[in-house]
Amino acid sequence: MSAAEEIVTEAPAVEAVPKRAMTLGYGTSLIVLAALIVIPLFVKNFIIFQMTMLLIYALAVMALNILTGGSGQFSLGQSAFYAVGAYTSAILMEHAGMNYALTLPIAGIVCFAFGFLFGQPALRLSGVYLALATFALATAMPQLLKLGYFEEWTGGVQGLVVTKPDAPFGLPLSQDMWLYYFTLVISIAIYVASVNLLRSRSGRAFMAIRDNEIAASAMGVDVALYKTLAFGVSAGITGVAGGLGAIAVQFVAPDGYTIQLAISLFLGMVVGGVGWLPGSIVGSAFIIFVPNIAESFSKGLSGAVFGVLLFLVIFLVPHGARQIAIIAQQTMAKFKKN
Amino acid sequence: MPAIHLRLGAFSAALALLALTASPSAAQKKYDTGASDTEIKIGNIMPYSGPASAYGVIGKTEDAFFRMINAEGGINGRKINFISYDDAYTPPKTVEQARKLVESDEVLLIFNSLGTPPNSAIQKYMNQKKVPQLFVATGATKWNDPKDFPWTMGWQPNYQSETQIYAKYILKNLPNAKIAVLYQNDDYGKDYLKGLKDGLGKQAASMIVAEDAYEVTEPTIDSHIVRLKASGADVFVNITTPKFAAQAIKKNAELGWKPLHFLNNVSASIGSVMKPAGFENAQGIISSQYLKDPTDPQWKNDPGMVALNQFLDKYYPDADRADASVMYAYTVAQGLVHVLKACGDDLTRANVMKQAASIHDLTLGGLLPGIKVNTSPTDFAPLSQLQLVRFKGQTWERFGDILSSDVGG
Repeated sequence: MSAAEEIVTEAPAVEAVPKRAMTLGYGTSLIVLAALIVIPLFVKNFIIFQMTMLLIYALAVMALNILTGGSGQFSLGQSAFYAVGAYTSAILMEHAGMNYALTLPIAGIVCFAFGFLFGQPALRLSGVYLALATFALATAMPQLLKLGYFEEWTGGVQGLVVTKPDAPFGLPLSQDMWLYYFTLVISIAIYVASVNLLRSRSGRAFMAIRDNEIAASAMGVDVALYKTLAFGVSAGITGVAGGLGAIAVQFVAPDGYTIQLAISLFLGMVVGGVGWLPGSIVGSAFIIFVPNIAESFSKGLSGAVFGVLLFLVIFLVPHGARQIAIIAQQTMAKFKKN
Repeated sequence: MPAIHLRLGAFSAALALLALTASPSAAQKKYDTGASDTEIKIGNIMPYSGPASAYGVIGKTEDAFFRMINAEGGINGRKINFISYDDAYTPPKTVEQARKLVESDEVLLIFNSLGTPPNSAIQKYMNQKKVPQLFVATGATKWNDPKDFPWTMGWQPNYQSETQIYAKYILKNLPNAKIAVLYQNDDYGKDYLKGLKDGLGKQAASMIVAEDAYEVTEPTIDSHIVRLKASGADVFVNITTPKFAAQAIKKNAELGWKPLHFLNNVSASIGSVMKPAGFENAQGIISSQYLKDPTDPQWKNDPGMVALNQFLDKYYPDADRADASVMYAYTVAQGLVHVLKACGDDLTRANVMKQAASIHDLTLGGLLPGIKVNTSPTDFAPLSQLQLVRFKGQTWERFGDILSSDVGG
């Protein structure tokens, strides 16, 4: 019985993932990194833009993955954190004239605080109830952004237009290419930090809570603190992704951050493999490109085609990209033996 | 074998190119990306999925219309290649699709992309790239701004001008009116509300006695109507989309509230609003129109309507003829065809905008008699006339003059 099958038969809500299995080996990481660095040099600006969005959504998916895969808490409210990050960046850039790069840490901090605070009441909830509470947050957010009180800053329903930054120091890069590499550097930094976080004492505490809350507290883990911390970290990373998204898309409006986005991110996490951080980029690719593929089959039925594709993925590889990676690894091992 | 074919193809293409450059007539032909001797590529973005998917009918009707144009020989001999993508009404997706159309599919222009937030998201990009964002499918007021956005043009009469017309009517005929307003809590509803307040001017604060907003996700608006009735208003300005409009008309009748009822033209459809609400409940409602209502019996033998029906029978037989979007799409597609014909053999993006900005008194089959399309280099609002109508029996009765009100962005 393969490892994958074993997991399928058990099928708990969030199954235990050993921490080493949460990352990629060095060789594979380097190959992926090299591809991400080299490909943009040979493609059109439009593709570069899509790759930038790929990285941004991958960040947001990874943030959810830390929360769900790491600490075992569900969230359907990531779109709210993403929106707060996007609006923080947009407002600081357009109203305060701040440099775009400086707005990102602020977006991250604001969202961390927001997530940490939201984590407090959420402590009392678990499983589906927590999912519902965060769902409420996601549905409320677009309407809060439309509120008249904030309209002076948020632009209300009309949204805010954001200026796209040029490459600094007179570098001979197009705006798209500069933004891509800028996003890439930030994504790698956050990815490395997240991997280290999960390997650290805090990460072990997250996982202990995920696997068995009572046992964790018996071992001296401050369950309340680490649960809210996981929410904060996840929201903070999502906020940075939101800020980057606002700069890349050059526009923020309440309609861009509906529950649809939260569900997409959730979908991305499941397709990428819950608890497997490198899967985030696969999940992100799924939520960006599969709707386009579905549309090319049939305009009127794009939703249905998307549903069928999603169903196939969940049915055939319920553990997403991680399962495929495991299978690939096993086949490789067999070849080596022969 | 395929390799040989490919070579042959390339060779003949090169020959054809040579012949083209050699012939004297080719000298007058000018093309930008997306146009050639045989084809004009038109991009379009629609919410085929998501919360606004009902409007996807517009894209489908336009696609059918261009198939008809192609079957009849195209425009000055060139076929239209209509590429329409889904953005699910989410601005980030709209940006992605617009960039795909401009940079990957290399279209000549983007035509009739739908929704205020999606179009706002791509407006800056389109103007930077100098690609026409022509006849956008939204009634917001900001599209008429040729100075700042010379590559963006609206199409339909904007929301603010419509409620300004109602405000003028109220001020003239009912100077002591107490007005109750119900509006949808989004850009569309707020734009309408602003027009009404601007139109009433200083008297807005005293005349509007009740203002209530509903969310598009609410199942019914009955409670809002009860609240508005309690305000004692004698004029009701109803800024709602079709489903809610029908509910409001019905609820008014149930409650026995009989104010002078102004209904926005978004919901002035007989088939999808008046009939379900009950004709007896809808008598005397005032609205405004610029398109012929396909479900209105008075247009049964109208040549414009006959042409529409022939087109639908042949190219889009499963269209819902009671849907106002079908008539809308049919008319705006005719508008584009007019512009492209006027471009002649100079299919550059600059010339497309130039021709779009010099439409003079164009009449189209779907427009009400007397309503004409007019643009100029300083007027990027092609349709800015409306006709007041009053519901009587089972049809709209036009009254008064054609009113125009241009509001700049």
